[in-house]
Amino acid sequence: MALIVDLEKRLGDFHLQASFRVEHEALALLGASGCGKSVTLKCIAGILRPDAGHIELDGTVLFDSAAKIDLPPQQRRVGYLFQNYALFPHMTVAQNVRAALRHCPRQERRQTAQQLMEIFHLTGLEGHYPAQLSGGQQQRVALVRILAAKPSAILLDEPFSALDACLKYQLELELEAILEDFGGSVLYVSHDRGEVQRHCRRLAVIDNGLVGRVTTLPSLLAHPVTVAEARMAGCRNFTACTIHAGMLKAPAWGLNFPCSKADGTYTLGLPDGAVAPGDILQGQVERSMADDVTATTLLRLSTGETLLLSLPLTQCPSVGSTFSFTPRLEAMLLLPSP
Amino acid sequence: MDWFPLWNSLRIAAISSFFVFFTGIAAAYYVARLPRVIKGVLDVVLTLPLVLPPTVVGYLLLLVLGPRRVVGAWFLELFGFKLVMTWWSAIFATSVVIFPLMYRTARGAFEAFDETLSHAGKTLGLSNSYIFWRIRMPCCRQGILAGAVLAFARALGEYGATSMIAGYTPGKTATISTTVYQLWRTNQEQEALTWVLINMAISAVVLLAVNMLERRQRTPQRKERGHGSHR
Repeated sequence: MALIVDLEKRLGDFHLQASFRVEHEALALLGASGCGKSVTLKCIAGILRPDAGHIELDGTVLFDSAAKIDLPPQQRRVGYLFQNYALFPHMTVAQNVRAALRHCPRQERRQTAQQLMEIFHLTGLEGHYPAQLSGGQQQRVALVRILAAKPSAILLDEPFSALDACLKYQLELELEAILEDFGGSVLYVSHDRGEVQRHCRRLAVIDNGLVGRVTTLPSLLAHPVTVAEARMAGCRNFTACTIHAGMLKAPAWGLNFPCSKADGTYTLGLPDGAVAPGDILQGQVERSMADDVTATTLLRLSTGETLLLSLPLTQCPSVGSTFSFTPRLEAMLLLPSP
Repeated sequence: MDWFPLWNSLRIAAISSFFVFFTGIAAAYYVARLPRVIKGVLDVVLTLPLVLPPTVVGYLLLLVLGPRRVVGAWFLELFGFKLVMTWWSAIFATSVVIFPLMYRTARGAFEAFDETLSHAGKTLGLSNSYIFWRIRMPCCRQGILAGAVLAFARALGEYGATSMIAGYTPGKTATISTTVYQLWRTNQEQEALTWVLINMAISAVVLLAVNMLERRQRTPQRKERGHGSHR
């Protein structure tokens, strides 16, 4: 019993390729905005039609291009939490919830809606219109409305992007409880690694329409295997490099060092953790922004390239001064070229 | 004073507005879903009566409905009456002239509609007709009503096409606008002025209604009903 997704969709120059499987768990799709997260969700919900592929939910085929199956969204039993919650603005909270109960006999709707609203602490708000609610209340109404429709899977599209930071944690706790009770497949789309870490054990990074492998966050942080994963793991500096006869050359950074990997072209990543005292690389500090713990520093190398590093405040150099360090080779990331 | 022109104008405007209300909304809804090229062509065709002189519309209608033309002759043969020079002939003329007003305002309202609401409805299992009648239409209500009122006002003032296709027969096809012209032509200035004032009063009321509808559209409806926002 799972949500099985394998689809392909072209929209202009954009090419989405998504293949993954969501057990009865919360799986996250982690990626920057515009990388195809929402398109993936819309294909699963039946709002967009994939060009090819197969989508299956708990044994029911929702879409199959070969067998010419394409269930309308109404029959897919897929709940979709939209980024703006998509509450019907001309209906009250109670009417919004009751609208999703149209599968129930008429006389039961009012009572069922009342029960749901009590469970989710919406009593007192039944007569309010969506525009009269706070962002957090709107989200709760949207979730209750989804649950009222009794979905087999829930898709969450950046559920916290529209909320103030101070509200966010309270709501995240509530969502966590709702997801635990739900028990079906949940696909959680976000650009925020912290959110994903709090709600999902497994995740896949999506980059420019391509959904990568499904992995866990600790393993992603420890061993990213693509540039997109490395970027999500916090690495901000990448350059092209070649390995030839046991020597790795990254000309843009002026780096040459022995490397035992197979000859070829790679992308070299320099995460913050690879910065160690030394003088192999030198650059001038162009800009620096400090917070409580670290200073985000823009370093211009003698080759003209820039590096963006988070340095501990204690060793934070001033703007205009020179900063030198030695990259720890074992912490550098050697990734396939995209 | 003979009140027939007022009654005739009102029934012509009401009946043609009624037809155009539904056809205009249907056209707006379906044209918006067509491929771009067809949409562009249809949009021009459907909006054309708005910019054409009403006499040109009247001429084109006579080309089709006249007793010796295709549709007109066929109708005469089949049912034994003419399509032109009767009071209800003016319904054809006004309907064509006011159609673009309804079509364009409804389209504007539909285009401003947030499609995610329709997507949300579908994923919640709501039928397409429920989404259209209970979600899309109420959300676009103000714009559509404003279009209908505007179309009605224009129908009331239609002169050019009406005079060509229905003519002016006192007590039979006379409307306010054709009566004003006829009275002025025959030097009955006092009577003409009375009808002018009646017409201006009706139009002012209608435009007031449009303004009120449009203002309500700009300020979201839910804020009026509630007691301010709780943000």
